[in-house]
Amino acid sequence: MTAQPRRLAEGGRIDRSRVLDFTFHGRAMQGYAGDTLASALLANGVDVVSRSFKYARPRGIVGHGPEEPNAILHLGNGAVSTPNLRATEVELFDGLEARSTGSGPQRLVGAFSRFLPAGFYYKTFMQPPWLWMTWERLLRRAAGFGEAPDGRDPDTYDKMNHHCDVLVVGAGPAGLAAALEAARAGARVLIADERPEFGGSLLARSLTVAGTSGADWVEETMAALSSCPDATLLPRATVSGYYDHNFFTILERRTDHLGDADAGGTRQRLHRVRARQSVLATGAIERPLVFANNDLPGVMLASAVSAYVNRYAVAPGDRLVLFTTNDGAYQTAMDWQRIGREVVAVVDARQHPEGALVQSAMEAGIDVIPGHGVIEALGRARVGSAVIAPLDDQGDTLASPSRRLECDLIAQSGGWSPTLHLSSQTGTRPRWSGAAAAFLPGALGERGLCAGAVTGKRSLRECIEEGASAGALAASRAGFGDGETTLATPDTGESPEASSRALYLVPHEKPVSRAPKQFVDLQTDVTAADIQLAAREGYTSVEHVKRYTALGFGTDQGKLGNVNGVAILADALGQEIDATGTTMFRPAYTPMTFGAAAGRDTGDMFDPERHTPMHAWHEAHGATWEDVGRWKRPRYYPQPGETMRQAVDRECLAVRDGVAIFDASTLGKIDIQGSDAAVFLDRVYTTGFRRLGVGRCRYGLMLHENGYIFDDGVTARMAENRYLLHTTTGNAEAVYAWLEFWRQTEWRELDVHLTSVTDHWATAAVVGPQSRDVLRKVCTDIDFDSDAFRFMDVREGHIAGIPARVFRISFSGELSFEVNVPANHGRHVWDALIEAGTEFDITPYGTEAMHVLRAEKGFIIVGQDTDGSVTPADVGMDWAVRRNKAYGFLGDRSLTLAHHLREDRFQLVGLATADPATVLPEGAQLVEEPGHRPPVAMEGHVTSSYYSARLSRSIALAMVKRGSKRTGQILYAPLADGRIISATIVSPVFYDPKGVRQNA
Amino acid sequence: MEKYSLLSLFRHAGRHHENWSRAWRDPAPKEAYDTVIVGGGGHGLATAYYLAKEHGVTDVGVIEKGYLGGGNTGRNTTIVRSNYLRDEAARLYDFSLKLWEGLSQELNFNVMFSPRGVMNLGHTLQEMRDIERRVNANRLNGIDGEVLTTDQVQKRVPLLNCSPNSRYPVLGASWQPRGGIARHDAVAWGFARAADAHGVDLLQQTEVTGIRCQNGAVVGVETSRGFIGARKVACVTAGNSGVLARMAGLRLPIESRPLQALVSEPLKPCLDTVVMSNAVHCYISQADKGDLVIGAGVDGYNGYGQRGSFHVIEHTLAAVCDLFPAFSRVRMNRQWGGIVDICPDACPIIGKTPVEGLYFNCGWGTGGFKATPGSGYVFADTLANERPHPLVEPFALDRFASGALIDEHGAAGVAH
Amino acid sequence: MLHIRCPYCQEMRSEEEFSNAGEAHIRRPPDPAALSDAEWGDYLHFRKNPRGPHREVWVHTAGCRRYFNVLRDTVSYEILDVYPAGVPDPDAPEETTP
Repeated sequence: MTAQPRRLAEGGRIDRSRVLDFTFHGRAMQGYAGDTLASALLANGVDVVSRSFKYARPRGIVGHGPEEPNAILHLGNGAVSTPNLRATEVELFDGLEARSTGSGPQRLVGAFSRFLPAGFYYKTFMQPPWLWMTWERLLRRAAGFGEAPDGRDPDTYDKMNHHCDVLVVGAGPAGLAAALEAARAGARVLIADERPEFGGSLLARSLTVAGTSGADWVEETMAALSSCPDATLLPRATVSGYYDHNFFTILERRTDHLGDADAGGTRQRLHRVRARQSVLATGAIERPLVFANNDLPGVMLASAVSAYVNRYAVAPGDRLVLFTTNDGAYQTAMDWQRIGREVVAVVDARQHPEGALVQSAMEAGIDVIPGHGVIEALGRARVGSAVIAPLDDQGDTLASPSRRLECDLIAQSGGWSPTLHLSSQTGTRPRWSGAAAAFLPGALGERGLCAGAVTGKRSLRECIEEGASAGALAASRAGFGDGETTLATPDTGESPEASSRALYLVPHEKPVSRAPKQFVDLQTDVTAADIQLAAREGYTSVEHVKRYTALGFGTDQGKLGNVNGVAILADALGQEIDATGTTMFRPAYTPMTFGAAAGRDTGDMFDPERHTPMHAWHEAHGATWEDVGRWKRPRYYPQPGETMRQAVDRECLAVRDGVAIFDASTLGKIDIQGSDAAVFLDRVYTTGFRRLGVGRCRYGLMLHENGYIFDDGVTARMAENRYLLHTTTGNAEAVYAWLEFWRQTEWRELDVHLTSVTDHWATAAVVGPQSRDVLRKVCTDIDFDSDAFRFMDVREGHIAGIPARVFRISFSGELSFEVNVPANHGRHVWDALIEAGTEFDITPYGTEAMHVLRAEKGFIIVGQDTDGSVTPADVGMDWAVRRNKAYGFLGDRSLTLAHHLREDRFQLVGLATADPATVLPEGAQLVEEPGHRPPVAMEGHVTSSYYSARLSRSIALAMVKRGSKRTGQILYAPLADGRIISATIVSPVFYDPKGVRQNA
Repeated sequence: MEKYSLLSLFRHAGRHHENWSRAWRDPAPKEAYDTVIVGGGGHGLATAYYLAKEHGVTDVGVIEKGYLGGGNTGRNTTIVRSNYLRDEAARLYDFSLKLWEGLSQELNFNVMFSPRGVMNLGHTLQEMRDIERRVNANRLNGIDGEVLTTDQVQKRVPLLNCSPNSRYPVLGASWQPRGGIARHDAVAWGFARAADAHGVDLLQQTEVTGIRCQNGAVVGVETSRGFIGARKVACVTAGNSGVLARMAGLRLPIESRPLQALVSEPLKPCLDTVVMSNAVHCYISQADKGDLVIGAGVDGYNGYGQRGSFHVIEHTLAAVCDLFPAFSRVRMNRQWGGIVDICPDACPIIGKTPVEGLYFNCGWGTGGFKATPGSGYVFADTLANERPHPLVEPFALDRFASGALIDEHGAAGVAH
Repeated sequence: MLHIRCPYCQEMRSEEEFSNAGEAHIRRPPDPAALSDAEWGDYLHFRKNPRGPHREVWVHTAGCRRYFNVLRDTVSYEILDVYPAGVPDPDAPEETTP
């Protein structure tokens, strides 16, 4: 085995002392530290890296960066595998395993490619209709690149927030110059580049700056930058998104290049950057040329060939044909000659190439063929020859017959396309420049600048100059320096380039529709013929063409193909390119890992859990949990061997017959103070509070302005100008925000202050006929006699030595005391209550029993028995609505809207099933007559339903049309399993309707 | 209209696809039409098609300021379902779903409607109650639906995290087998091509700049290509409805907000149904092309910018990673925003306005795509007969005065 | 990703700290009972929803929890003005005394 047959003997920015082993499709290979997977594959002589998406044609490596359309590989296996990585962006590591996906059954497809023009699937697979799902399965299987990992991602991701004065995107010559200028002016600078090494094109090209090599200039500039106190350099960091108000996302790859063995730390980090000013020095990407079979392995970008030669010491072939429309690409031929490989010819589309580089090439003995184009590549799995022909001045026909040049590598350059993805993300439309033959970034406003190749600058000197002035200007806009540059104009020894030729589609001997495929977008297999077909069929908007043909829809977002595609479309429509325009670029510039966007907010940290001070006790006593809002609430406490039903029955009976204890800490609590507190409460609740005595409690309903119940709860008057308002658990934050909204924006004249005190208090509800006995054991300074401490009273005293507020309120209908103590003492008081209750066999109960107990009493739960379309009258709570308030209350006017006064509204009722053992499912719909075929008119639905151990039968609450007038009627609940349950409409109050027990 | 089929594809292949005819004409605007439809999205094009086909009204111009299907039609997550809670909404959406079921054949254009089932997950006891309620209501309305247990959910979606230890465990789901996804662009194109074949003029790159009224009746629209007369003007412009309404001196109870969505890189098939979760806030499906198509939330403020804030994407992807831990290593390819027209009760406004001859069809919020054929059908009927189609009677503008809101917020799961 | 200056905290903070509370300067009718259903419905549901500058209420939820007004362009998302709650609507026609 010849190791790395295409590796050059010397040169490159690779560490030949560090040999790295890797596999491609199981084949063992070697590369060096400093290689990308792409350069290592090329060094090992791999021509075919994948099969194409639609036609399953063999494909090789084309580029050397994020523009690469073909080398989309799957790394690793199982849960740690990563799909769809570009080999040109993957740094080689020891033990890397790579493969391509999508080869296999699709190979057959190639034979039918003629029948698969753009959008063929819109025209077929319609008959017979039932067969479509089978076709779809086949299409789905053929589509897609990588496979999703099959297990939980073992890696972690995190985020970092930054503020900086100047963010520089891209650390090529323009970016480095900008960063240095800005940093020297005193600005806080952040510069990020997607590559592991700063320097951009300078590392891949053989250029000099001020007499030193490009690489040395990079090193010096970085050293100068590093010595500035406020400069942060982020390599391996892709600026993926540019959002409103100069917010950027940067994805930094921290361990990917180390391989799994070393992946201990955070795999990737998302930097969230708010920049005062930004300089986009994102460079440009070389544009390929569209000729027949231009997708054959061995057809590469000229800049990529140079990059592989100079940076990675790899010669991706032996005999080169360079096909160019411009001077710059001649450097590739010179590079190729320098390493001792054969330059078969430079095929220049221009009739009279005459720039300095052209001269140098000719002087070096390189055969330059002017006025010609490569019209077709020939070969099976790799280029074997290039068919060239003379082009006429227009570029759309051939002047005379073609001939062949034997070669195994075609380097191509159709000019450069500025990387304007980021600038476009802000919504700024790119504008076409005929002079630059490229789309240039639109204006960025006051907070962003573009510099370097992204603005169409071609020479290194111009890029450095523009970068420096952009850096200085950005710094001064951010308040640093006077905007003058300090860098001396660098001498790069460049001669001016002669003008290039705009050539977007190389003509062939046959018309486009009949020529071998001329690919515009390699990744999505879109050809020039496809674009012409789309135009012919009336898909004339560039967005239509994108969507119809999939041009630019790949994971490279058309970095290579877009401009050619737009130009071919414009030509087909007889339009100018600027009239055709381009599609919008969206974040992300290159794909961004889901996990990195999620950061740490997954698993346990997906959403905070709120625990009451007694949480640990519940846990220790075997509670099962119910999620209510963010709270974890005990649902019930099963004893060994108990079913849920048995546990809940036991807990309910303990409340009714003895004493039980319930953690009610999660209820929202808002402290309301001020001389207008009562006025305020009157306005937000349907109930009146002004005449409520100090030490008394009152139930209130809170409505939205639309008249529907929003929340309910008990409010206590703690002092003359002080109230404590309770909200439901799930609504605490919403109610607080709602009250503050009115206080701060509408009723600014009121003297009232609100404080959320939900977390300040722990609440233990001691409930049941013996609750008084328990409390007396732990409290000596409150008189618990029923005359002294009436239902709906609140008293202050000490429980187990802790200052406490005790509310005699009840959600179960039993004698009940809710003990509130400062949260820090919650567990202590809970323990004391449990201990005091031991002799009474005090029983902890959870939300499930609480629900049963309140349903027995016909008490609603907002959000369960109501759904955002229920008025107080609908749930029979007109008694809680006072209609004689001076100002009125929120929602009052809506209660008299025509719709809310209708007779046939849904109203709260009780339901008693015919069979007392049958529990209606919650959510069951009710009909008048069973057995009809749908559609059936629904009379209502079950909102709450339980088995009541106390009543030895099932009970249910329901919202039923005209329910309050239908007592005694029978309704039916037809269930999905075919059962039909009949139930009689009864009063929603099943137990102790007179309230004797809670008043005991 | 040239018929599309496998046979026609073969025939054209023989001629190197050089002779395919245009899918629709590019006509010059007439001086006047019987009916002008403002908005060349899916709903507008469907309205034009059904007007022509069902009612013989072919003197119709569809005016589109950009390109056909370029608004929310081409920016949504393509979910089609009809499992709505309220009778009014359920009937309208199921009417639409039935049209979807034969739409490719109806239009002779493969809209790739894929009834692969839609699953709405329940993560709390209340969500499960709501799911029971909705599924029972659906079944009684003649709409397919089932309540799935956690095990049944897991079987259908193997990569879903159904662990009882997750932050919001999956307690079950509703399941509508007839629901699914479709190819959004194809819907616009299919309707456009079929409407054009009936003689409807599709006027792209034509912006309406004013609505001209005389004596309380509409007489036409001012456009960037001059005045176009019309006996009836029908506005179907989603997020821009408020702007159109103001031109006619009307106000609508609508707020325009960015709704964001994103797609992953294409993957081999790994998710065979649509999964929606309200509590964790995520909805996800896999397009035929292989991308995971993910709906994010509506941004918290009004905006016409077709872009949104990044933290919405972060929350959505956190939800995706929580529900599908294996997708953590998958990568986002593109994100974008659409402008949705949000109504107070999350239901559309369809019908007449106080201006004679001026009709609106808007307020679909985040749920308009699935309604495309149904909305077009009933709106065309309303326009042709100058009275609300029975299915749209409850969706009149006057409900915001009477209080007869339909409120799908309550228990219908995510409204998308 | 908006960057908002809280007029109370006097700091530029990121959008995630804030919540939007809808259109600004909507006064609750002083006597709702005197309104027709349609007038009340107008107050409840109808908003300006402009394409362009929009006065809206925000609250610094994860900060000082106070409400304030923002003038923001709904197309460019640029923030043109920020001022405390209670400041009268600058766009309202000035009251003229007879």
